[in-house]
Amino acid sequence: MKQAISINVNGVDHSGEVEPRMLLVHYLRDVLALTGTHVGCETSICGACTVLLDGQAVKSCTVFAVQADGANVTTIEGLAANGNLHPVQEGFWECHGLQCGYCTPGMIMTSTQIIDRHPNASREDIRHGLEGNLCRCTGYQHIVEAVEYAAAKKASA
Amino acid sequence: MAKYVGERVKRTEDPRLIKGLAHYVDDIRLPDTLHVAFVRSIYAHGKITGIDTSEAMKIPGVVAVYTGKDIADKVGPVPCAAALPDLKVPDYRVLATDKVLFVGHPIAAVVGTDKYAVRDAVEHVGVMVEELPAVVHVIDGVPTTPVIHEHFGDNIAYKLTSGEGDIDAAMKAADRIVTQKMVHQRLAPIAMEPRGVLARYFPGEEELTVWSSTQIPHLLRTQLALMIGIPENKLRVITPEVGGGFGSKLNVYAEEALLGWISIQLGKPVKWIESRRENMQATIHGRAQVGTVEVGVKNDGTITGLRYNVVADLGAYHQLLTPAIPTLTGLMLSGAYKIPAIQMNVTGVFTNKMSTDAYRGAGRPEATYVVERVMDVIARELNIDPVEVRRKNFPAANEFPFHTATGLDYDSGDYAAALQKALDLAGYQKLREEQKKSRDNGKLIGIGVSSYVEICALGPSQAMPAGGWESATVRIEPTGKVTILTGASPHGQGQETSFAQIAADELGVEINDITVIHGDTGVVQYGIGTFGSRATAVGGTAVLIAIQKLKEKASKIAAHMMQCEESRLSFEAGCYSREQATAAAAGKSEPVVPVGQAPAGALLEPETNGRTKLTIQEIALAAHIAKEIPPDTEPGLSATYFFEPKNFTFPFGTHICVVEIEKDTGETKIVRYIAVDDCGKVINPLLVDGQVHGGIVQSIGQALYEEVIYDDQGQLVTGELMDYALPKASQLPWFETDRTETPSPVNPLGVKGVGEAGTIGATPAIVNAVVDALAPYGVTHLDMPVRPEKVWKIINGRSA
Repeated sequence: MKQAISINVNGVDHSGEVEPRMLLVHYLRDVLALTGTHVGCETSICGACTVLLDGQAVKSCTVFAVQADGANVTTIEGLAANGNLHPVQEGFWECHGLQCGYCTPGMIMTSTQIIDRHPNASREDIRHGLEGNLCRCTGYQHIVEAVEYAAAKKASA
Repeated sequence: MAKYVGERVKRTEDPRLIKGLAHYVDDIRLPDTLHVAFVRSIYAHGKITGIDTSEAMKIPGVVAVYTGKDIADKVGPVPCAAALPDLKVPDYRVLATDKVLFVGHPIAAVVGTDKYAVRDAVEHVGVMVEELPAVVHVIDGVPTTPVIHEHFGDNIAYKLTSGEGDIDAAMKAADRIVTQKMVHQRLAPIAMEPRGVLARYFPGEEELTVWSSTQIPHLLRTQLALMIGIPENKLRVITPEVGGGFGSKLNVYAEEALLGWISIQLGKPVKWIESRRENMQATIHGRAQVGTVEVGVKNDGTITGLRYNVVADLGAYHQLLTPAIPTLTGLMLSGAYKIPAIQMNVTGVFTNKMSTDAYRGAGRPEATYVVERVMDVIARELNIDPVEVRRKNFPAANEFPFHTATGLDYDSGDYAAALQKALDLAGYQKLREEQKKSRDNGKLIGIGVSSYVEICALGPSQAMPAGGWESATVRIEPTGKVTILTGASPHGQGQETSFAQIAADELGVEINDITVIHGDTGVVQYGIGTFGSRATAVGGTAVLIAIQKLKEKASKIAAHMMQCEESRLSFEAGCYSREQATAAAAGKSEPVVPVGQAPAGALLEPETNGRTKLTIQEIALAAHIAKEIPPDTEPGLSATYFFEPKNFTFPFGTHICVVEIEKDTGETKIVRYIAVDDCGKVINPLLVDGQVHGGIVQSIGQALYEEVIYDDQGQLVTGELMDYALPKASQLPWFETDRTETPSPVNPLGVKGVGEAGTIGATPAIVNAVVDALAPYGVTHLDMPVRPEKVWKIINGRSA
């Protein structure tokens, strides 16, 4: 039995019917073709699927699409407003905060929330904030630097 | 002049990745794609007595279910490329036929229109299995019963002895023999992107395209052609964005062949994306050795000989390189030291588990761990500082090329210099003093050192199962844009940037005018792939030499166009200039087309009459229009080179780790981590730092957290990331990195490779530090992973 939902994703309204068991990440990827959000573990450990749901970073592999009914979702594709990179995206590029890039969209979404909540985050705060996101390539150091870069950039903006 | 090489150039591949616009396999959407899900064994060992697919076929959307019996004689076995004397190679069918031999062994493939439906249907395939006892652990030697592959008679896949020198005499010459048993636990590579395959067959054209998350597109194409029985020139393998490999995608897997075959049967695109659970069960594991090292030493710390007797847990079948991995351990047992005689006796054993194979470092981390761990055991027994034991046995900088008793010739090095730099950076003497004070105050501080050597740039073809060269094609298009086709297949290492750096300097063009294309057998000439820290040292050299070839041709055309002898031309900053006849002429300004721009008004022949200066991009246009090129010259401007290295390269370095152990919890905290690495010439320091950091963290994972655990029945206990502990950002120190730079004489770039350095060098530094911290408790060795409970038990007087 399908259920009707309407979700605003990256500022665009979408309505449709989905199976109640459809995961939000599959709705984003398979229905809306927003494939920037990745699936890395299906158990909410790795954070590759992190998106903002009404401004909160969530793991979209463990949220049903029907739970996002009526909500605003921001994915990695919606971050570069008017084609300008978000300071976090810029930081990841400047500081070599990514290698294979698979965890990156989730890392970036989580990082936006870290600097929103803690504009003066210490390195320890940043590392703590990144605990729910796994990266197998970078060893995290350049990611921490990327978040620091973004925080400084945002503060000076 | 180097404008880009050696600089911290931001990666050209990043914009698509940080915007979420890159395409990994699962991001490629083809119309009418069918989804595939696998029925896998839940038993480690058992006899299949029946499979009932009728209920699964009733699930709406399911179009086919294939079992081992359906395809047993239609798809060839999963290949093993390792060639060892008397190696037993089991027949590894892509779906299990009579028996299941490990948890995760594929039994049936379900195909349907909806990915949720096929996962439902998997639950409805009835598999009747008569469970058999499983062979699981090798900790006490070779398990004799039951025999996994009955026709082999036992569970031994091979036995091999390697090394040079008279080991018995070497041991007799020693004042004492130091012995240590060590366990290298099984690890899961865990690329963040699991494996995935998309296959599309066009029945009319009889062409099959396979998109796969692999490190070796061309080798995969060859093997899949043989397995599926399709002509290799009708098969195209594309590796789109690959989300990490670490060796786990340096392989040929059953699923890759199956998807290709199923697409041919159904005439539609078919897609399978590995779940993390499948990834834990059925993507290769790494390490899994249990060995005992014996070292003959003089009382002054001089090593006379080293013997390593080891059992390697290979798993149920051989994947591509499974049996060869322990042989790499044998090659690197000399470590950074002069050891006159070395012997490794390895026994490869079948177990009811997933195959082990190349995981970042692939056999070399085990060797480094053996050597660097035992150096500390020796230091302790002789009551010498661990640093001094190492120094005592280093070859001097003027002893290179240095021949080891494992049969290698180390290319270049200055091991003492890297050690000294690390000691200085760490403030080693001061650290030792602080450690003493801390101990007096009841704090558990430990300092660990590791001086490693690794073998990289794999490698000469003589030493490789399927070619050790790499290829490159460099073309300058009519509009002046540069296209590089590399046979390497980067998946995070950043060669789209570093190869462009090499080319930009060599051609004198802007880096943004260069595109590096890789991972598409329909576009790129045959190549070997990315693994073994080889892509830049071997593949980058191929790019460099291809450019040099291209410039030889460009120079001939330039001379022809400027009507002079080639010897009168010079090349600088992307321009060929003719020697000036007079001072007045030299001062005359020339109309030079800006780099990267075609002349206005379509593809007009560049004006050459009387010109004394031409950009290489103008020459490219002339070469394509081909009206003004020398009569004996082929039109176009491209060159291809296949580079065959003469030797491996041998990067090295010293890592120092400082840990503090929390007494109440047994938790190890890394307080400082200093890494001095020498990977030869550095193309891009930013990328090198990234490789070093990531490698060290995988080492930290092995040393402190990670372990693939099978229980006594062969059940996989660590089946998800909930159970398998990857290092997190909050558990790691700030890495202090530095370098020494000893160019490699093996290739003209002087680069050695760095992809695996951290993973190879760091593990013993960490464990040495933990053991050092626990020395007050009489601890001389601990097996990895050194998790808190193990340490807590020691502190609290319980058996570890």
